[in-house]
Amino acid sequence: MTTLLFIEQLLNGLQFGVMLFLMSAGLTLVFGVMGLINLAHGSLYMIGAFAAAAVAAATGSFLLALMASLAAASLAGALIELTIIRRLYDRDHLDQVLATFALILIFSEGTRWLFGSFPLFLDVPAALSGPVTLPGGIQYPAYRLTIILVGLAVAVGMFALINRTRVGIRIRAGEADREMIAALGVDIAKLYTFVFALGAALAGFAGALVGAIQSVQVGMGEPVLILAFVVIVIGGIGSIKGAFVGALLVGLTDTLGRFLLPQMFGLILEPSAAVSVGSALASMLIYILMAVVLIFRPRGLYGVA
Amino acid sequence: MFLRTAVLAASTALLGAMAQADVKVGMITTLSGGGAGLGIDVRDGFMLAVKQAGRDDLEVVIEDDQRKPDVAVQLADKMIQSEKVDVLTGIIWSNLAMAVVPAATAQGKFYLSPNAGPSPLAGKGCHPNYFNVAWQNDNLHEAAGAYANDAGLKNSFILAPNYPAGKDALTGYKRLFGGELAGELYTKLGQTDYAAEIAQIRASGADSVYFFLPGGMGISFLKQYAASGVDLPLVGPAFSFDQGILQAVGDAAMGVKNTSQWNKDIDNAANAAFVETFQAEYGRLPSLYASQGFDTANLLFSAMDKADVADADAFRAALKAAEFDSVRGDFAFGDNHHPIQDIYVREVIKEGDLFTNKIIATGLSDHADAYAAECKM
Repeated sequence: MTTLLFIEQLLNGLQFGVMLFLMSAGLTLVFGVMGLINLAHGSLYMIGAFAAAAVAAATGSFLLALMASLAAASLAGALIELTIIRRLYDRDHLDQVLATFALILIFSEGTRWLFGSFPLFLDVPAALSGPVTLPGGIQYPAYRLTIILVGLAVAVGMFALINRTRVGIRIRAGEADREMIAALGVDIAKLYTFVFALGAALAGFAGALVGAIQSVQVGMGEPVLILAFVVIVIGGIGSIKGAFVGALLVGLTDTLGRFLLPQMFGLILEPSAAVSVGSALASMLIYILMAVVLIFRPRGLYGVA
Repeated sequence: MFLRTAVLAASTALLGAMAQADVKVGMITTLSGGGAGLGIDVRDGFMLAVKQAGRDDLEVVIEDDQRKPDVAVQLADKMIQSEKVDVLTGIIWSNLAMAVVPAATAQGKFYLSPNAGPSPLAGKGCHPNYFNVAWQNDNLHEAAGAYANDAGLKNSFILAPNYPAGKDALTGYKRLFGGELAGELYTKLGQTDYAAEIAQIRASGADSVYFFLPGGMGISFLKQYAASGVDLPLVGPAFSFDQGILQAVGDAAMGVKNTSQWNKDIDNAANAAFVETFQAEYGRLPSLYASQGFDTANLLFSAMDKADVADADAFRAALKAAEFDSVRGDFAFGDNHHPIQDIYVREVIKEGDLFTNKIIATGLSDHADAYAAECKM
């Protein structure tokens, strides 16, 4: 194992983490501010990817495709908040899980009905399609590097939004005490719709970014959704900072685990056994991480007690 | 008197219809989620053959297993106990087949596999009522190993998902590949990001990459591989280059060699008719999965023409004879009820705007699987 390979893997972990952050930021806000478990968050991710693929196929422009993903996902988010989610705030979590699970099925089958069962084509823009050489001679895909930068920019933007703006103050206030903020004259319904649409837009954006290097297909959101839940539980529910730290932790743990564990077992076992034991353990690693975090901090890293 | 005759005639007619013994087929396949393209192709191929045969002694029940073993087991129980099917078919994924097939055949049902061919079912766990119409899992990978030798590749990095067919894949490749292994990896089933694996490929010093990543996994891998700047030659089985996913991969797959038991340019009348009618019916080119579904149905019809499904021994013998016009050309079952067939090397090409495959060589002729000797039946 060389240093170059290790640094490349660190970058991969970072890129995966940043992508998870985009996905979990919305989820943690919705959970923290509204107390709502939204299983359909993965569907919004899928909607973003499909909107991007459709627009990219029609216009050939990746930038337009990204904008379409933001628009489609936030629109879909606002729409389901206004029609369905709104009725669920006062219900208990089981009702919310049931209703949003139904939304997953509706969105998946609806997308299949519109686009068919076969994966769509969405490619990275030509300018970013090759590798770039980083200082130290590391060859790294330009597109992944862009995802890291864009994701970090979004994270900074989210911090600024939550901590420095009036909307941010309202969101934090709504998280702390929703009756009080309503009594102070803030239109809490509008605020909720905004937060939900914002979370949806981020998920859709993540879907479009990732769709370009993965396959755009029905059901692509669910595996990511599970990881996003792991992230917000590790980070502490409702905390953007927690989501960021949790996402990077999960991204790095997963990537480095997949890479290092088989090699570590290779020192004590024969190669084929090491590969299968190592890969089996690597796929459990983030859940072990979650369990360890919860033992020491039952409310997550940045959760409020 | 007239009334009595009429009743008698009616009941005789009824008895006659019952004696014809309709065959009820239960198809459990993946129609939703990430692996849906494969199941839909198998179903469409199967149902195209059903439509063309126009039989009135056949009933097909289709259910979606969502690529979940627990769901597949429930569906199989339901089909066997309440639907009372005679023949089961349709399963795409080997982990699901391992969960369903042994129980179904133990209850005296016939199982015709249109896709999954896990090694235990070909070897020690073989069963007289289990027929695999597609391939034993290792087969296409063995052909790829043989091709890699011919192409002068000496040092391969190999990877596959961590599930029964993934293990079979790498075992199959290694069985005939004569070179060294620069690395061997098992990834998670359904994994979508391969950055960590590609980085290891880059660092491994390999001269080629062999990968088995069916469905969406293959799309992700190929796109990411193309963007990574690693330009080692890729070899794969047809599963990562089937008609359903090639358009989503785009240029990243151009020129890649892959191995398959079927392609749309295999020259025989049955295949030409199949490709043409499939396109007319569904508006897309068939994939190898569709060809397997189509062959499965036609195998079933050939047995139904010769024997009554209630007479299990005769029906089994009729299936074993495999007297149907396979779209693959020659087709025969070995003693463990797995195909003995030619496996071709294909290359991904572009026809007009459409990515597809072209046969460039025959990889292995009349190839049987390596587990047949372990099968005692």
